[in-house]
Amino acid sequence: MGVWAATSTAAGAALQRERWHGTLELLVAAPAHFSLVLLPVTIAMASNGIYSMATTLLWGWLLFGIDVHIQHWLLFCIAVPATVIAIGMLGFLIAVSFVRYRTAWALGNLLEYPVWLICGFLVPLSLFPGWVRTISWVLAPTWGMRSIRESALGGSPLPDILICLALGAGYTVIGVLVVEWFLRAARVRATLSLT
Amino acid sequence: MTSLRIFFIGGLMSFRALFGWLSPWILIPTYVVAPIFQICCSSTSAALQRCNPTSSTSSAMPSSTPRFPASFAMTHTIAGERYQNTLGAVLATPAKRVPLFLGRSLPVIANGFFVSGFAFAAGGAIVGIHVPARSIAPIALVIVVTSFACTGIGLATAGIGLLARDTATLDNIVFGILLVFCGVNVSLSDMPGWMSTIAQGLPLTHGIEAARKLADGAAFSHVGGSVAAEALVGLIYGLAGYTLIGTLERQSRIHATLERA
Repeated sequence: MGVWAATSTAAGAALQRERWHGTLELLVAAPAHFSLVLLPVTIAMASNGIYSMATTLLWGWLLFGIDVHIQHWLLFCIAVPATVIAIGMLGFLIAVSFVRYRTAWALGNLLEYPVWLICGFLVPLSLFPGWVRTISWVLAPTWGMRSIRESALGGSPLPDILICLALGAGYTVIGVLVVEWFLRAARVRATLSLT
Repeated sequence: MTSLRIFFIGGLMSFRALFGWLSPWILIPTYVVAPIFQICCSSTSAALQRCNPTSSTSSAMPSSTPRFPASFAMTHTIAGERYQNTLGAVLATPAKRVPLFLGRSLPVIANGFFVSGFAFAAGGAIVGIHVPARSIAPIALVIVVTSFACTGIGLATAGIGLLARDTATLDNIVFGILLVFCGVNVSLSDMPGWMSTIAQGLPLTHGIEAARKLADGAAFSHVGGSVAAEALVGLIYGLAGYTLIGTLERQSRIHATLERA
């Protein structure tokens, strides 16, 4: 939940913030592809969520005596960064999709609770109707959450990790295409710094 | 007349511009869709924990909804001036400070009330609760008072926002404290004593308590004390915030620290 919370709002506002600070034009004009500039930013945002995860486990243990027994430590240590990277890639797609909106932060904020809800962070997906589960399948956080849970409980998280990363790669490809389209439109209409 | 114009028109313009609602359509995802998902999250969690969502979630979540539109908005409508580089110009005007700053709180309170009212209606429809007809008007009053109290803490955080650079982080910390301490999802009686004690001095706590009792059919006379306590808490935070803003304005003139933080 912390990883997603750290990503959704911040990613929504990422490009708007660059625009406010007057750095968007410089980043776009740089020889490096703009995706290579933005993707590490959103993955870094998602990485902040690792702190939330660590402190939640620590406080749970210190204050409430909750012991978390991890069955497959190695797979757990793979599942967590895989989830973070995939969520960062989803953040990248959100960032480039909302670039035309002045209030993109609000749209990113809007996505926080729905993803918590339909990706199985708070309640099992079996509680929801079938159409909700179908939506959750195309969201990488669903599979990331499952992989972390499976590695902790002793299941087989590898397929979930692979699906999570594959979805993340898909978001990146779509995001790069959106970036290309957005930059071309911005150059033609001279709207890069405008909203 | 000038003060009235600053209070009403200036307050509304500041709210729209600084909190980002110059384009009203953005109200829909933030204030219509997001509260519904908040209620869905809480009610499904409550259902999973075999709590009774009708008594806990449905009245508490809408009552707690003002914490976002009221607290966040109040902070941004003042501290946001610095981010837009307009704080110096605003403070250089001869306008009286009471209408200048408190005028911004009126749209915030109204917004908090309407968002909470919508959340109450939508949450009730989603979870399927029955609220006695005679309780609706008292609950509306409780929501107004709760919105006022959340605006008060927003004014206090706006004051701190003139000292600290990152008001969004500050707001989120306040948001988390209110969510955990004020009995939104977990009843105060289930919390450790020290948490319950702290909650008595926070906005939302008494408003949620009153809304819960009213939704369960209590008469307004039984919750009058809670409503008064909620109003008092909001007043104290509001006065503290206004005093802090005034003090920092004077300090900024002496030490030239207005844009430094």
